[in-house]
Amino acid sequence: MIEVTRLSKRYGEVRAVDLVSFTIPQGSCFGLLGPNGAGKTTTVEMLEGIKTPSGGSIRYLGKPLGPAYREQAGIMFQHTALQEFIKVHEVLTLFQRFYRHTRPLDQLVEICALGEFLERDTRHISGGQKQRLLLAIALINDPEVVFLDEPTTGLDPQSRHNLWEQVRRIKAQNKTLVLTTHYMEEAYELCDEIIIMDHGRIVTQGSPQALLAKHFDNSVITLPSQALPEGFQPDRAASLRSLENQVEILSRDLTTTLRHLLDRGVSLAQLQVRSPTLEDLFLDLTGHELRS
Amino acid sequence: MSLRRLLAALQARNLEFLRDRTALGWNFIMPVLIVIGFAFAFTNGDRHLFKVAVFGDAQQRPALQEFLATRYVQFIPVEHLDQAVTKVDRHQLDLLLDAQQMRYWVNNTSANGYILERLLQGLPLQKQVLNGREIRYVDWVIPGVLGMNVMFSALFGVGYVIVRYRKNGVLKRLRATPLTAFEFLTAQIISRLLMILAVTILIYFGTNLLVGFAMFGSYWLLLLILVIGSLSMISVGLLVAARISSEEAANGLLNLISWPMMLLSGVWFSLEGSHPLIQKLALLFPLTHMVRAARSVMLEGAGLAEVAPQLAALTLFTLIFIYLGARGFKWE
Repeated sequence: MIEVTRLSKRYGEVRAVDLVSFTIPQGSCFGLLGPNGAGKTTTVEMLEGIKTPSGGSIRYLGKPLGPAYREQAGIMFQHTALQEFIKVHEVLTLFQRFYRHTRPLDQLVEICALGEFLERDTRHISGGQKQRLLLAIALINDPEVVFLDEPTTGLDPQSRHNLWEQVRRIKAQNKTLVLTTHYMEEAYELCDEIIIMDHGRIVTQGSPQALLAKHFDNSVITLPSQALPEGFQPDRAASLRSLENQVEILSRDLTTTLRHLLDRGVSLAQLQVRSPTLEDLFLDLTGHELRS
Repeated sequence: MSLRRLLAALQARNLEFLRDRTALGWNFIMPVLIVIGFAFAFTNGDRHLFKVAVFGDAQQRPALQEFLATRYVQFIPVEHLDQAVTKVDRHQLDLLLDAQQMRYWVNNTSANGYILERLLQGLPLQKQVLNGREIRYVDWVIPGVLGMNVMFSALFGVGYVIVRYRKNGVLKRLRATPLTAFEFLTAQIISRLLMILAVTILIYFGTNLLVGFAMFGSYWLLLLILVIGSLSMISVGLLVAARISSEEAANGLLNLISWPMMLLSGVWFSLEGSHPLIQKLALLFPLTHMVRAARSVMLEGAGLAEVAPQLAALTLFTLIFIYLGARGFKWE
């Protein structure tokens, strides 16, 4: 549905996005992941038609982005204020009047659960309510493709799960979704396909499950830092990663690694074993801590 | 260009303005306080003394000696008869005595003139009658105060608001819709123009009830000056807001523009007699032309032809600033 070929964006000497190519299939949820400054927001804003690329092409349904694209795309920005002193239902009517083809408001109110605060001034709604309103605005023209730029950043876990639920409902209507996020769990829950970007380039691409299977055939062992003796070296089938108060050992052979630990008298009292997540993959590939 | 989108943006801005009670309140309170303050501050000032202008050498006229010795009357020698006549007409002088041709001018509507005239009874003087009503400082200053209010409202109501929209992302959100920059800017201009007209007209007639201004010209012409003057000031606001995305920078720049304009456009005091350079500089300010035109209509009953130069200047300012502002406009 959207075809991106050798897309670039330069700011002076800085290559924010550097020769990136990918295709977003219709009806899929496509995730862009990466640390801050990786170029994902710049990439998304070029896809939205907000920023002009320095090079390469973006084709929507086989054609370059034109003025008509505004009528077919729905966008939920990362940081957006709304005009003040205006009630939620008035915001909806306002944006409705900007578009030729729109979705009935009662549908939007239902999908995004806006019913309880329709009469409230936009200054007096909570963070979660605001994100739901912004989502409703993104959907107001019944768009074929919906962009969600970090939709749940700053939300409490409950609001985050609510918003995921709403995103799943949109997905169920066969809309194409483009999502950027800091939360690997979010990408795992929602996305059919993801790309991980760093330094303006794509590091890897695929479905979350396929990526995990491809990059990891191992388990993650977590231990408190002080449990390991000084100068500890893991066995050959494992690698060590230090986090703040704990260490993670990635192991391809759990039995050998555990025996190795016991042989060196390491206490396994607080040991945890889990399957690797997208977060592990992310850290592995970008070498960054998640920066937010 | 879609009228529906334009009207939607216009309505949103109007609602925002009308519901922001504090901002709306200040739009009214400041000018009303200034006008009323001046009306009272200058009502009783300088009135304990009678002022008589004397033209020609009165000492040579024995008949006038008794009158010239009257206490509590200030006698002011004048050299230009015409100017003195105008001052009597406007109540700036109570009476004008022409010792050369033995005649005097008095204003029929002036109480002081009436009393002074009683003192001249029996003297061989010819009476010249004037009917001009009193021009008080408040009459002179009202076009300036209203013009200044228009200026602040236009500069900050358009300039500052658009910069705020840009900073907090309202513009970015609007940009992602089919709304065009032209539609958005037009909505901002119309919204602010309507607000300025409503506020100014209300203040004018409201304070007029209390103070009663001198108004010798056409109200329609005054309205025309108000519309074109407001547009020129709004266009300055647009130009300021074209690219800036910091509220502090916008605030500084707007103050930098509005304060010299307020002080040097002849709002508070006449620029006659000030340094020629300042008079030239003042011509660069739209407010100067607006206040000048409004003043000649109100105080001198000037017609369209007489204020045409000012209207032309204001129109020119508007076209230039709107062109530059719209060309330079950036959503982000």
